[in-house]
Amino acid sequence: MFEVNEGIIQVSYIIATILFILALGGLSNQETARRGNWYGIIGMAIALVATLVGDVTQNIEYLIVALLIGGTVGIVAARRVQMTQMPELVAILHSLVGMAAVAVGFANFMDPERLSHYVGVELTIHDVETYLGILIGAVTFSGSVIAFGKLSGRISGSPLALPARHWLNLLLLLGAIWYGYQFVVDSAAGAGMTPLIVMTVIALLFGIHMVMAIGGADMPVVVSMLNSYSGWAASATGFMLGNDLLIVTGALVGSSGAILSYIMCRAMNRKFLAVIAGGFGTGGGTPAAAGGEDQGEVAPIEPLETAELLLNAKEVMIIPGYGMAVAQAQHTVFEITRMLREKGVNVRFGIHPVAGRMPGHMNVLLAEAKVPYDIVFEMDEINEDFPKVDVSVVIGANDIVNPSALTDPNSPIAGMPVLECWKGKVSIVLKRSMATGYAGVQNPLFFEDNTRMLFGDAKTTLDEVLKNL
Amino acid sequence: MRIGVPKEIYEGECRVATTPDVVAQLKKLGFDVAVESGAGQKASFSDDAYREAGCEIIDSASDLWSKSDLVLKVRAPDSDEAARLRSDQTLISFLWPAQNPELLKQLTDTGATVMAMDSVPRISRAQKVDALSSMGNIAGYRAVVEAAQHFGRFFTGQITAAGKVPPAKVLVIGAGVAGLAAIGAAKSMGAIVRSFDTRPEVKEQVESMDAEFLMLDFEDDEDGAGEGGYAKVMSEAFIKAEMELFAEQAKDVDIIITTALIPGRPAPKLITAETARSMKDGSVIVDLAAEQGGNCELTVPGEVAHVDGVTIIGYTDLPSRLAAQSSQLYGTNLRHLLTDLTPEKDGNIVVDMEDEVIRGTTVCKDGETTWPPPAPKLSAAPPKAEPAPAPVVVKEEGPRSFVGPAIGMAAAGLALLGLGAVAPASFMAHFTVFVLACFVGYMVIWNVTAALHTPLMSVTNAISSIIVIGALMQISSDVPIIKWVAVGTVLITSVNIFGGFAVTRRMLEMFRK
Repeated sequence: MFEVNEGIIQVSYIIATILFILALGGLSNQETARRGNWYGIIGMAIALVATLVGDVTQNIEYLIVALLIGGTVGIVAARRVQMTQMPELVAILHSLVGMAAVAVGFANFMDPERLSHYVGVELTIHDVETYLGILIGAVTFSGSVIAFGKLSGRISGSPLALPARHWLNLLLLLGAIWYGYQFVVDSAAGAGMTPLIVMTVIALLFGIHMVMAIGGADMPVVVSMLNSYSGWAASATGFMLGNDLLIVTGALVGSSGAILSYIMCRAMNRKFLAVIAGGFGTGGGTPAAAGGEDQGEVAPIEPLETAELLLNAKEVMIIPGYGMAVAQAQHTVFEITRMLREKGVNVRFGIHPVAGRMPGHMNVLLAEAKVPYDIVFEMDEINEDFPKVDVSVVIGANDIVNPSALTDPNSPIAGMPVLECWKGKVSIVLKRSMATGYAGVQNPLFFEDNTRMLFGDAKTTLDEVLKNL
Repeated sequence: MRIGVPKEIYEGECRVATTPDVVAQLKKLGFDVAVESGAGQKASFSDDAYREAGCEIIDSASDLWSKSDLVLKVRAPDSDEAARLRSDQTLISFLWPAQNPELLKQLTDTGATVMAMDSVPRISRAQKVDALSSMGNIAGYRAVVEAAQHFGRFFTGQITAAGKVPPAKVLVIGAGVAGLAAIGAAKSMGAIVRSFDTRPEVKEQVESMDAEFLMLDFEDDEDGAGEGGYAKVMSEAFIKAEMELFAEQAKDVDIIITTALIPGRPAPKLITAETARSMKDGSVIVDLAAEQGGNCELTVPGEVAHVDGVTIIGYTDLPSRLAAQSSQLYGTNLRHLLTDLTPEKDGNIVVDMEDEVIRGTTVCKDGETTWPPPAPKLSAAPPKAEPAPAPVVVKEEGPRSFVGPAIGMAAAGLALLGLGAVAPASFMAHFTVFVLACFVGYMVIWNVTAALHTPLMSVTNAISSIIVIGALMQISSDVPIIKWVAVGTVLITSVNIFGGFAVTRRMLEMFRK
């Protein structure tokens, strides 16, 4: 379009890279986060303009139309999405990145000038890059679509355990490697479309199978893992195109997702590979096993008594879980918090890293309900305070407050750090029924002497509590 | 069925077995409730209040007894009351069958079903029915109030313009329900509280109330926990060491509250006359074990004694001195028991002798004495044989083996060297950038606060759409299919760019102080 110095474009890319790093760095706390987001937007704008000016020579009208349509769709979706649906939105957006990586890879491969640009080892490397970009992109795409389906309830949350599923995965992997080899050989001879397509299908199947096998409890790991994959896909595409901006950005996103996955795994005391291998956690929770060990009896409580307990407390800790998101109870929770704080009760929130279906899910929901973030604490910050807490309110959480994680070495969740609310004076647990949590483990907390069960839908019962305050 | 609640006839008893609040809940279980006129008077529940709750008020006790199917009482019936009982009736009250064998015999002979609230088994499930705990709690609280009444000083320490007031020192012996309640009450009035108990497992509970747990300097690890969470008789040497501790403490503290009881035995004498006399003038001893003979040698059951400037309170009716509260809690305990007894909620009770709680509570039925019940299966305190809870199982991976990581790193290094050997310079330049970027990402992301993990994901998602650059490079191609694929890619990535940033912004806007 214009004659622009290559150096200026490179400098623009460097600036964009720095802005992206600052955008991520800005998220280190709430004050700088908004500025960080703007850095990201500006960085993206600079990168787009630089590429537009440098590389686009024709068809700009198509580009603008596509940009406008896509942009409108994106902004409308961002405006309309409910905060409880954030995990679904993030998953579906990941799938778009995966799809884009596949599309760019194919388009690049179809470019007739490819063979004249690269020869010998360079061609091989280029082909491997193309191949990897498409592979990761396809896995990201199909995996994210399945994750979206599971998170939005369109697909059952229970893990699909095919017989010999580990062998199946291995077979798919070997198939992908074999066709990769075929592709590189064929490509040098000017062909290669067939192995590329076959491999894409294999990758798509692999993505589907991988996420299908993962249970609801591990969704935070899956979402952050797909986030990581979308980064690696972008990075591989960057190698293919010889574009450093793509490589750097992809690597940033990739490592970000990888670290999140690691944090989530650590919060559940599980090995990353074990999560990916799948098969843990169930759909909607199973009813407490009949018979077996005599767990004792639970002490139910009414909303009225709950309100009285809360009013008489000095220190209240609220522990939200996925159930709060499902019941959309966060606004009522905030109203209760506000009233109690006005009456001089110190209300705080304790968030477990894997509460919800996505890293940081609970924080976003509470923020939406206008809960000030300086009373929302992470598990490590407040776990030692529980002996001083008068009333802990557990809303729709189960496994993250299960004492057997610390006491029973045979428990499936043994060793997982949990919020030790049973050390407080009273714990009130809001639950719909006595069903177990996603890990399918019975929770001895419910049978503790100082635990009271408040049965029913979290929203309805909390409204009732609020009325009585 | 009709529940009848007579007026308590025991001298000085102010409690009543049900309150208007409880009546409302009993009616939900399908019962009709009748109350003798004036039954709740001394506990500040008027006949009108009962009437409002839907009770029938019956003037004479004999009418009430004859018209009721189920009689709820606080104190054990005297022989006249017991004589009124018919074989088709059920009576629930405190009974103390061990102390009152003749009464138990008389009740058995009537053929009625009688349940003793003091015989509720000490298992977790039965806690809501455990009236002894409810009453113990009240007695402990009231003990502190009585002590304060007779103690001529503040509990709390103060520094005033008129000088400094030291806080009172309170020693609570026996940290059961009553002891813990006393600790809590004394603590909240500002006193310095110490406590002693023969069962070491209560140390944690005492300390959780912010009181000091006195340890005995004693060689043997003797554990005073007996069956059912109660204390047991200790060895002679232990008792000697214990008495020495009390003698020493008595010189220092202002108030001693004793709650030491061993089931089925006279209360242990823990405070000798000499120890009591050695206390400072104006000191107070509250003896909660007075009814069982008292923990202090100078205690006069039911009376307040003054000996050498020390006040010794031996009231045996502390719960009754807080009648409204006691009646409410006792009534609720009864209601919980009745809830278990009426599974159908149709106002008809079913005495299920298979149910451990109901079995344990029932002392006679169909003309047969069913007391004492078989030993409970579950104890409130964990049985001693059980090993301590398994050590926390977070896997600290001890001294890590260096072999694994070393091999891994060596392999990775070799692979990189191999790559460097064949790859062209241009690739290596990109690769350098890639590796460095991974490290930058690693460093930056660890600083992200956990609360912002969701915005982190949406913003990384937005910037990973930088892949759009690939499409921009292709869109000007002359090959139609490439062009159209590129247009499609721009379309979907722009959804991502705009959507990702917009939703991040929306989320971040919501975070506020």
